[in-house]
Order: sequence, then C-alpha cells, then structure tokens
Amino acid sequence: MEILVCVRRVPDMSENEIELNAAGDDVERDELVYSVNEADNYAVEEALQIRDRVGGSVTVVTIGGEDDEEVLRRELAMGVNHAVLISDEAFNGSDGRGIATILKDFVRKGRYDLILTGVQADDGAAQVGGMLAALLDYPFASLVNSITTDSGGKLKVSREIEGGNREINEIDLPCVLSIQTGINEPRYVGMRGIRQVASIPIPALGASELGVQTASVGEGAAKVRRVDYFIPPLTKGAEMLHGSREENAEKVLELVAARGGLK
Amino acid sequence: MARIFAYIVHKGGIVDDSAAELANIAKRIDPTSSATAIVTGWGGDLDAACSSLLASYSEVWKVAAETLAYPNAELVRQALVSILPPRCILLVAHDHFGIDLSPGLSIKLNSAFVSDVLGIDGIDGNSLRLVRQEFGGQVSTHVRCDISSGAVINVRPGAFKSESSSLLSGVVIDKSAAVGTLTARRRYLETIVPEAGDVDITKHSVLVSVGRGLQEKDNVALAEKLAEALGAAVSCSRPVVDAKWMEKSRQVGSSGKTVKPKVYLACGISGAFQHLAGIKGNPLLIAINKNPKAPIFQVADIGIVDDVLEFLPELTNKVREMRGVAAK
Repeated sequence: MEILVCVRRVPDMSENEIELNAAGDDVERDELVYSVNEADNYAVEEALQIRDRVGGSVTVVTIGGEDDEEVLRRELAMGVNHAVLISDEAFNGSDGRGIATILKDFVRKGRYDLILTGVQADDGAAQVGGMLAALLDYPFASLVNSITTDSGGKLKVSREIEGGNREINEIDLPCVLSIQTGINEPRYVGMRGIRQVASIPIPALGASELGVQTASVGEGAAKVRRVDYFIPPLTKGAEMLHGSREENAEKVLELVAARGGLK
Repeated sequence: MARIFAYIVHKGGIVDDSAAELANIAKRIDPTSSATAIVTGWGGDLDAACSSLLASYSEVWKVAAETLAYPNAELVRQALVSILPPRCILLVAHDHFGIDLSPGLSIKLNSAFVSDVLGIDGIDGNSLRLVRQEFGGQVSTHVRCDISSGAVINVRPGAFKSESSSLLSGVVIDKSAAVGTLTARRRYLETIVPEAGDVDITKHSVLVSVGRGLQEKDNVALAEKLAEALGAAVSCSRPVVDAKWMEKSRQVGSSGKTVKPKVYLACGISGAFQHLAGIKGNPLLIAINKNPKAPIFQVADIGIVDDVLEFLPELTNKVREMRGVAAK
C-alpha cells in the first residue's frame, strides 16, 4: 500500500507555556520548543505499521520553510521511505482550504492508496484532512483510532465517538483518514537515529513544480484569517492557595472533608 | 444578510443539547431573523426530533431517507449540498459528527469554514468576526471570516448558553424529495461499547484525576496511594490514556466518561474543554498544576501552583495522619 502522511511542525505543548508577544499580535515564538504535531506522530507510526504488515511505502510531506525540515528528518529516522518539503512564499497565509488545496495538487502528482493526517494541530481546527478528501473526492473518516487491513480495496476503521464508544466503518480506498492520538505507541526516535539520516536529501517543491494555481492559495485567497491573539478577560477563576506545600495539603484535606469526601 | 441554517444531530428522536444553542448563536449573528433547523433521519425518530425542534426554531427542514437512519457524514453531506441555498451560513455542533461532516461540506459548498467557535464578535458586511482558541485553550484569537460565498461554522458545544425560547408556532417542511439517491464509499457497520473497567469512576464521590503532569506511568502509583487513603478512585485525562498509563475506562471527558463526583482533584491536568465536558454536577474542583497559566485554574474552585509529584505524597501523608489520629 502506498501511504502518504501529512505532518506539521508545531510548538510542543508539553514543553511550553504559551504567552503573547510584546505587540500582542502573535504568541512569543522565540523561546518555543517545536516538534512534530502529536496526532501526526501517531499517524506516521500507524502508516509504518500498515506498511510493515502489507508492504508498500510511506511518504511524509509538510508545508513550510527550512525550519520544518527537522520534522521530516525525524520521520525519516522513524523509518518512512520518502520525505518531501513543500515550500513557496506564495503559500504564506493560507487558510485550511489553501493548505488542503496545495496538498491536493501534491497528491495528484503521485499515486497513494491511503492518506493520513493527524486529527488536529495546535490551532485545534481539525479541518485539513476532511477538506483534502473533499477536494480529491475521496471518502473520509475523522477521529480514527484503529485501522484493519484484512480485505482488498477497503479498510475497516474505528472512529472515536462519545462516551468511549467506537464507531466501526468500512471505507473504500483510496481514502483520507484523520488519526486520533492513542491509536498506537509511536516508536522512540533518538538523536543517533536522526544523525543517521542527516545526509538524505529532502526534495523541496514549490507552486510551479506542483502546478498549484497561486490565486487559489496564500493570504489573498484565504476566506478565514486570524486577526490577533489575545488572553480573554479572566473569569473569577480559582481561589489560589499560596501557603507552603504542607499548609496547602491541610487546606485541601479540610475542604474535601467538608464536602463529605472522606469515607 | 445570508440565510442561517443549523444542522441538528439527534439520537433515537432526542435532539442534541446543541439544538437550542445553535438557535441562540444564529440570533447573535443576525438578530433580525431566525435560523432554520435541518434534521435528517428516518421514521418515528425523525418525526420526534422535528417536533421537539419546534420549541427553538420557527422553521424545520426534514430530510427523510432510510439510508440516513444512522448519521453517516458522507451521506448527510450529499443531502445538505442538495438542499442548501447558495451563500448561506450553516451552523454545526463541533463534536465527532461535526468534525466528520463540516470541513468537506465547506469544500463542496465552496464556502468558508471556521472550526470550534466559542464566540460571535460581530458582523460587518461580509466579514463575520468570531472567537476561537488555540494551543489547547492557552490563548484566544479573533478570526475574520469572509461569508460572501457562504460559511460553515462549527460551534463548540456548551459555549453558548441557550436562553428560554417562546415560539408560538413553527412549521416542518419536508425536503426529502429534493435529495436524490445517496451513496457512500464509507459504510457504517456497528458501534462498539467498551467493556466496563475494574473501577467504575462514575460511581465515586471523590475522584483523584491525573493528567500529563504525572510525567510517567510509574507516577500513577502516587495518585493510587492518595485515592486509597481517601477512599476515592483514580480517573484521568486523555493524554494519560494515549500514553497507555491507564485504561480508557478511567478517562473523563467528551470521548470518555461523564462523572458527577462531589470532589474532583485535577492533578497535572491542563483543563482542555473536552476534558471539562465530562465533569458534571458542579463538584468542588481542586486543581494542582505547576503551570500558573493552565486553563484549569479558570474553572477550578481552588487552585494550587505546585508539582503534583511533590504535592500528591504530601496530601497522602496528611490524610494518613488524620486517619491515624481518628483511629485512636
């Protein structure tokens, strides 16, 4: 099976506290630690596991600039067969639809049976996979938390729905799936592994190579634009305890007991 | 002004809580008109859903088809593309169905899409200003959406409290004939309900709930010791299940269990809305997190900025001390 995984480099939420910059128009990015988007990491692992079961190859693609090459390097170290950077100034400021449009043109240059994305990235929009599927006119399933490859031409996928329930669907190939975190246990990538792939060339493709109509992407074509970042006015919020650790623990115990929480 | 529609999800004829909320949001976008509800399905369930929607909507469009008895997003999308007028605004709840439906629908309608909206910040001609969050709720953002070719807006459930409505008479319009034969390349097979875990977190009055702040699997024991001392159960947030530190049956949230304890100790939990959606019954919510900016402190009753790996053993000791004294 030929599998494409679309990934993105984002600030690592487990490593950072997000703050606004001095101008208030962006988050402070200088100090941020970046890594591959968490859900995308699960998507890459899932692609590798499927390839190792049924054969084929895994290609990873990202849209961005030079800095984004590091996540592709990481995926090569994980074991993907090919990595491609899509990069063009004309793509800056694209909204979700613009990103999906660029990816659609990239997909049409190749031949993929299965396209995976993470369910969502740092903007929490959960949109590119569904848009890409619609642009390609492929079937789509979101929030996928298991994939079974037991029959030709189709997959059995489970979607995470409410209450911990799983919705089982059969889906025809080629298709697009957005992968939920927790679907597998992504393998560890060490510095040594990344060093071993340091010399593998990563092709960079722009609008002309992909045949992207630049009028349909980028800031000019964006129907949705972020105006600013802001910290919402604080609600009353929690009553903060400022005592020593021991005093705080005593206070918590008192409060729990007052609610009848001690059996 | 563009006409506003709301796609309403229902289950067994019971409409989703978002139905009244979406009517309310439509009013915020355009106070001069009321939204039209669209509901799809089959049989008695569909009719029951239509009837109950007349409490919040003056007009309800129903689409009846046997293939729509289960809401398959690909089929619902085809139905909506057949009946929606050009350049309309469609509101959808941002849940597992809205995530499945809306991005692709916006492409087929050639309209804008805005995901997980928390607020309406006004409209200026064809520019609709909306409020969203990024980075797991740590910062908010204003978004400008060009609605000149229509828009699909996914709205976070619970973000807009519904007001009591007083509609006199509404009308159900059957649009089924406008929808042709629906075919899907994705077919619903079944829903699997997870097996019950060893501990039923929905039955406990005190929950020691742990998140990513626990850092590693071995530290779950710190929460278990506290829970044992308190006579409580240990629950968790999604990253803990993703990392395989605890079973799915322990997860609180929209994709996990809904709990109604008296006391909820959120330990190293950032407070993503999907997690908070699973905490009901207004418990005493005590949050311990080493990030003073964690969104959990916005909703907790009591907050402590501390490392849970240090605080949990301290609290466990205090509980044991107290029990020791009580036993004398």
